[in-house]
This record gives sequence, structure tokens and C-alpha cells, in this order.
Amino acid sequence: MDSAAAVLRKTPLNAVHRASGAKMVDFGGWDMPVQYTGILDEHATVRNNVGLFDVSHMGEIEVRGPQALALVNWVSCNDAAKLQIGQAHYSGLILEGGGFVDDILVHKFADDHFFLCVNASNQDKDFAHIVEQNLFDATVENIGPTLSQIAVQGPRAVETLQKLTATALAPIKYYWFTTGEVSGVPATIARTGYTGEDGFEIYVPNSEAPRLWNELLAAGEEFGIKPAGLGARNTLRLEAAMALYGHEINDELNPLEAGLSWIVKLNKGEFLGKAKLEEIKAAGLKRKLCGFKMMGRGIGRDGYEIQVDGAKAGWVTSGGPGPTVNMNIGMCYLPVEKANTGQPIQVMIRNQAVDAEVIATPFYKRAK
Amino acid sequence: MYPENYKYTKEHEWILVEGDTGTIGITDHAQHELGDIVYVDLPKAGAAVEEGKAFGSVESVKAVSDIYSPVNGEVIESNGDLAGAPEKLNADPHGAAWLVKVKLSDLSQIGGLMSAADYQAYLGE
Repeated sequence: MDSAAAVLRKTPLNAVHRASGAKMVDFGGWDMPVQYTGILDEHATVRNNVGLFDVSHMGEIEVRGPQALALVNWVSCNDAAKLQIGQAHYSGLILEGGGFVDDILVHKFADDHFFLCVNASNQDKDFAHIVEQNLFDATVENIGPTLSQIAVQGPRAVETLQKLTATALAPIKYYWFTTGEVSGVPATIARTGYTGEDGFEIYVPNSEAPRLWNELLAAGEEFGIKPAGLGARNTLRLEAAMALYGHEINDELNPLEAGLSWIVKLNKGEFLGKAKLEEIKAAGLKRKLCGFKMMGRGIGRDGYEIQVDGAKAGWVTSGGPGPTVNMNIGMCYLPVEKANTGQPIQVMIRNQAVDAEVIATPFYKRAK
Repeated sequence: MYPENYKYTKEHEWILVEGDTGTIGITDHAQHELGDIVYVDLPKAGAAVEEGKAFGSVESVKAVSDIYSPVNGEVIESNGDLAGAPEKLNADPHGAAWLVKVKLSDLSQIGGLMSAADYQAYLGE
């Protein structure tokens, strides 16, 4: 499809964003708000108060049936058998070659009912992949088109959301979820997020999303709530050193080198990609995802080459300013022997080598 | 909004010519499109600039944008205030946050630039 003929997909909140004066961009085929008041302002609002994100472009896939767990555990690398009802975890859909189809959140609703939250631009591919791998007694349904997702993130998120629901939020632990009503709307309320802050991701039927959005803004007004766009979502997740598909991970990068060995459960039984990941682990990693901070003037951006001692050594996967940590930061792949904290590196910024240094991640960690 | 005595480029730079000296900056439209500006990279005095060629860059939180020179010439001075306070470009792009002053080598190049009215019409297209 050429660009003139391409029709951007819209979330049910599209008109709300446009009416509020948000700057809209084409994000992987979706017409999404990149910013409302400004990325730095929205970033600070989420760190200090509470921000509201429309992430309805994200996909949702349900797996049900007697062998729902068997299918989920075949296509993903974390061990869904360890999940309790009401618990969620981060995982990967892995290819036979060890790379990622996508990174996902797996929520266990019941022994025979799992709910996967997947990336917007991968949802069609993910659904086709899971259906293709479904040699089990399980049904797979793409429910993304019916659901909206709103993220309430920041230290005042609990207080904001609690005003709209009878469900006690404080007892919900990080990476647990419950179902309840928010403003009278049936919702899945998960204590998850992509910002490095406390907060919730709420899944509701499309038709109710605009009303809920406006009620959340009103409820959070006393706490300084603001809508936040994809620009701030990216700077927030970068400071928290969370992976973004297409950057830190893709179909050619595996979870072991991406520093995600904690989601790879090689002892859980067979799963797609397991043999390759075992082979990679046995052979030893060649490269590793690291954090860096700029020492010289400049910002290392996505895709920039990294050199060590004047020779090409790796590349920047994501880079930009870290507004809260007040450094220019990024993540990059480097050979394992160069991937140690304190390693001096150079980022090639428009043909100039600018000094940087490997540092520990996450760059930002909230106070508990 | 857009000073009448400035000339404008399609790449959203402005130039104010006084004698054979030109002061160059980016337009309010440019700063608005970029969003929060966090870094400005400018040439030092003595550097040559060429019409249509990038001479520096402005970075917002999200992206890098090259700045193109409207004219040929030599940099006399770059705005040192912006290194420590790049956000001034968002606040006052047509004034205190000018980028460089250059000594023009070909004054006739000014004739090819847009007036304030032309630029606003261009933005409106």
C-alpha cells in the first residue's frame, strides 16, 4: 500500500486527542498523540504526579480452553504454569531461531483462560503466529479491536483511580490484576506499566473509553494529572531501561543477549525456540545489551554506530535525553568483553566520535 | 508573529541582513514542530557556510534536525547562550535565541528567499 492510500488506524479516543490539541503522528500505522503539553512536561508529570496514556493501539489476544496453558507455554518463553490466577508476567513470543516475534504480558484469568497484551504493530502477526502454532485444544481470539487500554501512571495513580472504583487498589500487588468496575464500566485493572512508576493499565470496552478518559482526567485534577503522549512514554521507558520491540529486541535478537534471561525458563519443558536458546547459552553470548551515558556533548540516537578504540563495536538501540536522570542516555549492543560498567565507548554522531561510558541499568529507579 | 524585516527559507530558517552581516535562526513554526529542544550544535567562528547546506543541528527530545544556511558566508559568531539553555529556542526563536551571525559573501542570494508574507502563505499550504 503506498502512503497516499494508507489509512491510519485510530483508537476510540482519537477525536478526544484531536479536540485537546494533541500533536498526532503516524506510529506504526496508528494515528497517535505524541505529545499534548510537551514531552518534558508530561515526563515530569508522570514522575512527580500522575499521567494518563491512551494505549488502546496495543493488542489483546485471549487463549482459552483445557489446553490454554499448554499453548501459552509453547509459544512463550516464560513459565505461565507459575502464574496464579490474577497474576501477570512479562514474556516473549519466540521464533524457532531464538529471536522475538514480540514481547508480551501474560495475564492468567483462570486455569483455562489467559489474556495476552501485545504490541500494536505486531498484533496481527502475533495472532497469526499463535493460531499457526495452536496444535492444542485451545481457542485463540484477537480481542484487540474491541478493547481500549488506558494507562494511569505515576505516584498519584492509586489515589486518582481509587476515586472511580469500589475495588480496593492498594492490595493489588505489582504485576497482579483484578476485574471490577471503573466509573460503572466493567474493566480489567492491572498494576502494570511502561514508565518505571507505580500505576495501572485498565482494559475497557471501546464504547466506554472516551467517557472513562474524561472522568480519569477530572478525578486526577487535584493531583495534577495530565494526558501524556507516546513521546513521554518513550523517555520514561528509556530511563527505566525497558525494551521496545524493533529497538532492543526484534526477530534477530534473542532474549539472552537482550538481558532478559530472567524470562527464559529453559527448565519448563518444550517451547518454540528452546533448542536454539539452549545452544546460544551453551556457546556463550557474543554480544549484550548495555546502558550508556554520554560524556561528551551530544545525544546518541537510535541506530548510531558505537566504536571502541576506533573500531566499530556495536550500535545504539534507543537513545535520547533522560529528563529525570538529567543525562543523555541510551541502550546499545556491545561485544560481551566490552559490555562492562565503566567501559569507555564512542558514539558516532554525524561522523564525529563522541565519548560515552557503559553504565548500569535501569538509569532510573523509583523510591519504594 | 513573523518579523517583516526577516527573510525565510522553506526549511524554516530565518535571516536578518544588516549590511553584509546576516543573523540566522529557526522560525517559530520550526521550534513548535520540534517540541522541547534539548541540544543545539553550532559551528565556531571562522567556519564556512553554504547556501542549502547543513551547518548545525537542533535536537528535540525525539529527533535531530539539521539547520540549513540560507546564504554563503563565514561564521562571525555563534550564540553561546544556547549550549547551556537550549530551551531558549522554544521561548524566543526570532529574538534572543538566534543561532549564528555570518558575513555574507553573496548578497544577491537574499533575493531568492521568502518574505514574511510569503512564508506565512507557504505555511498555510
